[in-house]
This record gives sequence, C-alpha cells and structure tokens, in this order.
Amino acid sequence: MKNSKIRKILRKAAFWLLVAVIVLFAVFPFYYAILTSFETGSALFDVNYLPETFSLANYVSVFKGQPFGHNIFNSVFVSFLVVALSLLLGVTASYALARVRFTGRGLLLLTILSVSMFPQVAVLSGMFELIRGVGLYNNMFGLAISYMMLTLPFTVWVLTAFMRELPRELEEAAVMDGASPWIVIRRVFLPVMWPAMVTTGLLAFIAAWNEFLFALTFTLTDDKRTVPVAIALISGASQHEMPWGNIMAASVIVTLPLIVLVLVFQRRIVSGLTAGAVKG
Amino acid sequence: MAHASSLTRARRRSAWIFLAPMLVILVAVAGWPLLRTFYFGFTDANLSDLSSYSFIGTENFYAVYDGEAFGLLTDPEWWQAVWNTLFFSVISVSLETALGMVVALVLNQNFRGRGLVRAAVLIPWAIPTIVSARMWNWMLHDQFGIINDMLMKLGILSAPIAWTASPDWAMSAVILVDVWKTTPFMALLILAALQMLPGDCYEAARVDGIHPVRVFFKVTLPLIKPAVMVAVIFRALDALRVFDVIYVLTPNNPQTTTMSVYARQQLVDFQEVGYGSAASTLLFVVIAFCIMAYIMIGRVRLDEGGH
Repeated sequence: MKNSKIRKILRKAAFWLLVAVIVLFAVFPFYYAILTSFETGSALFDVNYLPETFSLANYVSVFKGQPFGHNIFNSVFVSFLVVALSLLLGVTASYALARVRFTGRGLLLLTILSVSMFPQVAVLSGMFELIRGVGLYNNMFGLAISYMMLTLPFTVWVLTAFMRELPRELEEAAVMDGASPWIVIRRVFLPVMWPAMVTTGLLAFIAAWNEFLFALTFTLTDDKRTVPVAIALISGASQHEMPWGNIMAASVIVTLPLIVLVLVFQRRIVSGLTAGAVKG
Repeated sequence: MAHASSLTRARRRSAWIFLAPMLVILVAVAGWPLLRTFYFGFTDANLSDLSSYSFIGTENFYAVYDGEAFGLLTDPEWWQAVWNTLFFSVISVSLETALGMVVALVLNQNFRGRGLVRAAVLIPWAIPTIVSARMWNWMLHDQFGIINDMLMKLGILSAPIAWTASPDWAMSAVILVDVWKTTPFMALLILAALQMLPGDCYEAARVDGIHPVRVFFKVTLPLIKPAVMVAVIFRALDALRVFDVIYVLTPNNPQTTTMSVYARQQLVDFQEVGYGSAASTLLFVVIAFCIMAYIMIGRVRLDEGGH
C-alpha cells in the first residue's frame, strides 16, 4: 500500500520534471536573447543566467547603425501584400476545388501540393531572370511575387480542406434562389470562412515574415532588405567584434510580434497546421 | 434534368474562371521559373549577363577534356554536399520524430497548465529560422557562449569548444538548432493524431491491466502511424532543402554545406548560373526521388481521395 503510494509520487515527480525540461529547452534561447539584448559593454561578455544590467542602448543603436526601420517597414509591407493576395486567390480557387466536381480536380490538387514541395533553390535562377525581366529586382513587389510560390499552394490547400467540411445545404439554398457562384462565395461562404481565413492568413504571414533565401538573393541595397536578411547580415569588423547586443536586440524586435500572434492564436495555428499537413 | 445539367455546366465553367487567376500566378512563379532553371542547367549562363548564353548540353554535369573529367558529378565538394544533406535530414528528422512523440505524449496528458506548456512549446516554431540561428550562434560562441559555460560548470567539458567553426562539431550544432526549432511542429502534428484516437480501447487496456508502454507500442503507435508518416514527409522535405540555418550558423564550412547552399553559392557568389542551375536541378531530382520512394514504400496518402 505504502509502496504504491511512493511509486505514484515518484511517477508524478518524473512527469513534472519532464514538463520542466521541455519548457526550459523551448523557452531558454529566447529568454537568453532578451537577457543579452539588455546588456552592454563588458557585461555582454560575462555569461549571466539572470538579468543583472538593464540598458536599452542596443535597441537604440540597431536603429541608428543601419536602416532597420526601413527593414521593418519592408517586412510588414511585403507580408501584408502576400497575405492579401494569397487569400484573395486562395478563396476563389478553393471554392472551385472543394465544391465543384470537374475532371482533373484530384490531379490539380496534387500538382498544387507538389509545388509546395519545391526546393526554393530549384526555382532561384528562373525566378531571378523573371524578376529582373519585369524590372522588379531590389523591389518589394518583386519579393512579394516570389513569395507567392511559398504561400499560395498551402493557402489553397488549407482553405480547400476547410471548405470541404462545410455543409452542402449552406450553398444549395442560395443556388436555388439563383445566386451566382461569386455571390455564393461572398454572401454564403465568406461569412463562415473567416476563422479559416484568419488561420491561413496567419500562416502565410509567418512564412512571408520569415522568408530568407529569396529576400537575400533578390535585394541588393541595405534599405530594401527585409528583417531576416538584415539580421543575418549584421556583422562586425571581425568574428570577434560581432555586435551581439545589437543582433539580439534586433532578434527580439522581430520575434516579439510573432510570439504574441502565436500565443493569441495558438489553437487556430494548430488546427491550420494539421489541416495543411495531416489529412490521410 | 436538362436544367440540372446546364446548371452543373455553368458551375464547372465558373469553377475554371475562379481557378484561372491562381493557376496563372502559380505557373508564373513556380512552373515557369522551374523550367527555366532546368534549361539553364544545360547552358553556360552567367549572372553578370543573363541575356547571352549558349546551350552546352550535359557539360555542367559531366564532361571530359584532354582525358580529364569535369562537371558536377566529378566534383567532390558536390558529393560532400549531397552526403551532408542526406546525413542532416536523416538524423534531424529521426530526432525530431522521437522527441516530438515524447512532447506530444506529454501534451496529451491532462494536467494543470497544459495550455501554457503548449504555448511555450510553440515558441521555437514561431521564431524566424535566421533569428534562431543567430541566437544559437551566440549561445554556442566559443569564448562567451553560455553552452560552453554550462558544460564546463557541470564538469562535462574541460575546455570550450568552437561549436560552429570546428569540422567535428559544426554538423552537430546545425542538427541541434534544427531539432530545437522544428520539434514543436512534429509534436503538434502527432498531438493532433493522438487526440483523435478513440478512448474505449484505452479503457479496455487499463481494465485488463496492460502495461502503458505495451499499450503505446501495440495500440497507439499503429493507430497514429499514418499521421506520423505524413508529418515525417513534410519535415523531410524541409530538411532536404535546408538553407537558412546553415547559411547563418556555419557559413563556408564544407562539413555542413548542403545541396541548397552549394547551388546558391555557385549561382550567386560565383555567378555561375548554368552550373548552379545544374546543381539545383539535381537537388530537385533527388528530392522528387526521395518523396516518391517514401510514398511508395510507406503507402502514404496525401490526398483525401474522393468523398
């Protein structure tokens, strides 16, 4: 009797230890980045586990030393543009793919899915030529176009999965009343689709905000870069003079809005991820 | 009846009208650039002037001049990159699957604060890859890094290690960062599968007094296997084309150069669009081959099928 009680307590302790390890492992690097971002001078080069100094100097200097404000604006602009375009094209396309039977539908869906499996580098030279050809090199619109390759396939895929689940009766009544498909989408589906739109929009936003390879290759000047590229290219005079305080301050600035978004919408994100990936 | 079929035809017509803009964009940003890249792979195109190039057949892949062989297929750096990519993908996806399973099983338990733990687990996934590479770069710093400090305080290390610069440790560092960043994704997908499991067979197992570990291997694992297979394929795709984390964490280290990194280096840094495109084409072929093999061997269903 006593033995089983001890075993129960031990098992519980082991479980909570596991939970603690998982949380610590997940959160610690970001905690340490915040800690570092508040340190300056020699404090930076002493390893601290708890906050000891507090200074915003790194946050000030990251905006002074380079066009980081520009970079943030670029990222915000491109991400919103990509989300808007992906959702607009995704909703109409997914209506066709989810609600209308036509030959070649399955093949089309698989083709769209396979686009999301392309390695980005495999389209790099073709995309470079295209973007230079239409005169959008080193331009935010050029970046937005290239990002469509990343966001459009999964937007269509996820919205199609959501739209398939909607009951048939919803649209039948409207069709009986003689509504055109466009009216059906706008009046019948959009009002019930907004949770799915928020989810896919959020995932598209995160993808665009985090994109690196295209942004690195298709921009040239500091003021046209997006934040991930700006952060990747912050460097010092040598490997040992890296401005780690600035880098961590920039990292925190870029990550904080994402973390807030993810925490607020965590349930939606989980459902969106699973709708996009696990359907089988 | 005639009315219904004309309605159906009208619906089909509007379906294609709705699909058209999306398809046009997709062809423009994916189909066309991919075909151009394939084509460039058979040319001697250079980045400084993309308008003039000539078709050189398979010389970027393999060519013999004066009895000496040239081209990608004879380049040891390319084969090193292929090996690095496959090694990285197999090890990191395996680790992520195993750890993701553990995290998912924990999150599937009922305990106080589960929502908070799930939120915390999502954080690495939300952090941009570049940022996470930079954060780990700092933590893994040879002189001022907290990882060396921790390991030395614990007595595991006697001297600091140059994690990202040394040939021995660079790949481990890259795998560590990738595992940290993407285990949450794996955990969430597995968790979703776990939550769809029927409760009654667990009830039965508990009544029969079957050991939980046995239940996991005999009941849970077979039931969630299809979902795990799909999750693995998505992760493997990402791993095979890995670029960001390596570019920032271990730049110019031949021990971690992957196929994507190699291809971009040829394309942009050395301006060799033809040669780099050939490498990109091979990467595409390798990935397509891996996926097809995986789907056939694992019998994964990516499509829901008709319903």
